[in-house]
Amino acid sequence: MSGARAVGLPRWVLVPALVGALFVLLPLVAIVAQVDWSNFWGLITSESSRTALLLSLRTSTASTVVCVLIGVPMALVLARTSFPGQGVVRSLVLLPLVLPPVVGGLALLYTFGKRGLIGQSIEVVGTTVAFSTLAVVMAQVFVALPFLVVSLEGALRTAGERYEVVAASLGARPTTVLLRVTLPLALPGLVSGAVLAFARSLGEFGATVTFAGSREGVTRTLPLEIYLQRETDPDAAIALALVLVVVAVLVIGLARTGRTAL
Amino acid sequence: MVTMLSRRLLPALVLALLAPVLVACGGDDDGDTTLTVYAAASLKKTFEQLKADFEETHDGVTVELVLGGSSDLVSQIQGGAGADVFASADTANMDKLVGSDDQGQDPQDFATNTLEIATPPDNPAGVATLQDLAGPDVDLVLCAPEVPCGAAAQKVADAAGLTFDPVSEEQSVTDVLGKITSGQADAGLVYVTDVLAAGDTVKGIEFPESSSAVNTYPITTVKGSDHADLAGEFVDLVLSDKGQKVLADAGFGAP
Repeated sequence: MSGARAVGLPRWVLVPALVGALFVLLPLVAIVAQVDWSNFWGLITSESSRTALLLSLRTSTASTVVCVLIGVPMALVLARTSFPGQGVVRSLVLLPLVLPPVVGGLALLYTFGKRGLIGQSIEVVGTTVAFSTLAVVMAQVFVALPFLVVSLEGALRTAGERYEVVAASLGARPTTVLLRVTLPLALPGLVSGAVLAFARSLGEFGATVTFAGSREGVTRTLPLEIYLQRETDPDAAIALALVLVVVAVLVIGLARTGRTAL
Repeated sequence: MVTMLSRRLLPALVLALLAPVLVACGGDDDGDTTLTVYAAASLKKTFEQLKADFEETHDGVTVELVLGGSSDLVSQIQGGAGADVFASADTANMDKLVGSDDQGQDPQDFATNTLEIATPPDNPAGVATLQDLAGPDVDLVLCAPEVPCGAAAQKVADAAGLTFDPVSEEQSVTDVLGKITSGQADAGLVYVTDVLAAGDTVKGIEFPESSSAVNTYPITTVKGSDHADLAGEFVDLVLSDKGQKVLADAGFGAP
């Protein structure tokens, strides 16, 4: 691409692009404008705020790890194999993307809840998922997993199989090919997928409130805390919302720098 | 080039963005009047009935019900949402409206509501009294103290000298009921009217301590309403014998 003159975009493209950018950015500006700066620090460092932020970071990290552990094999199967009904399977796996999170939460409830499909068998083992931090992580994985799978599957398809074929022809075993060729080539896609999954987990609200409940330090993540604070203390809700935005921007920004460095 | 472009395009852009707003301001007034009633979500069934009654006696009038949490509704009204009537589930949120001087007349109390214990139909934890809720083997779900139903639960607990240790503090009565109907939780505290509305999906257990937290519902017209007279008539209907009967049938107490 270097040296070649870029083909200019038609000017009219700028208009909808600008409208779109304004549509996304103006509400963020409005939040910043609403913040009560004189009390900002006090609002975001209150006991319940810190607890909620910490819980959000912990659960989002955990769910991102889970997403990577099960999402990478899922993306590999979708991108590198073919089996009858693959298209249907792909659509079903991506279903949480379009499902309202509340519906996702209900689905989880009817599966893993105390009286759910397999919840009773879990209870026999001696644990209940209900109202635990585990339930928060499960809700987050449910909604975030498709982001990682889509992103990685796309990267795998773009990378193609050429180098894998070469490595295999030189005698590398499938596992070696996977770990030394396939995944390193798809790493940028994996990183951006993981970041998307983390960001989605961080913002997750509907499935959590439906499936996990809301209790300080156990299941009340930052979005739930914001929603609750809004009832009595809108200033605190706005301050916390800004914190959530800043954390999300930081994560996405860090991942971008990390990706360019790769 | 971009600046030149934007200078030329900016007015068009602004106009394009404003066009829908300007059109909307024109209104689609074809003789029909729409009365917008903001009401607490717990009033859904009763106000739907009253809406039908009101429309029957007022030709060409459509009542639009906007239901939600009282605090949401107040902030929307204060933000200029264009409500004609506001019915709150508690006095605190009505006070907010009066605090910003947005009431069209003095608020009047029109109903009361008290708490009741709700359990799954088979009552797996064998709950019978308020004291049972404080037991270690009961998965109790309450509203968070920040929302009216949670504040009421707190009041009841204080009056009875009990300390509850809920497994979850939910955002709304609906969320509490959802955890109980799905069998996730053993018991919860919701309003009498919620138990009645939930039908067979939950079992309601009355307890004497509920009298320590009686929730009062006030109603008023909204200042600046385009249909102040109609709004007043709707308030009158709610306060009339007919309105009070509808509310009583749903389990509400008299003010």
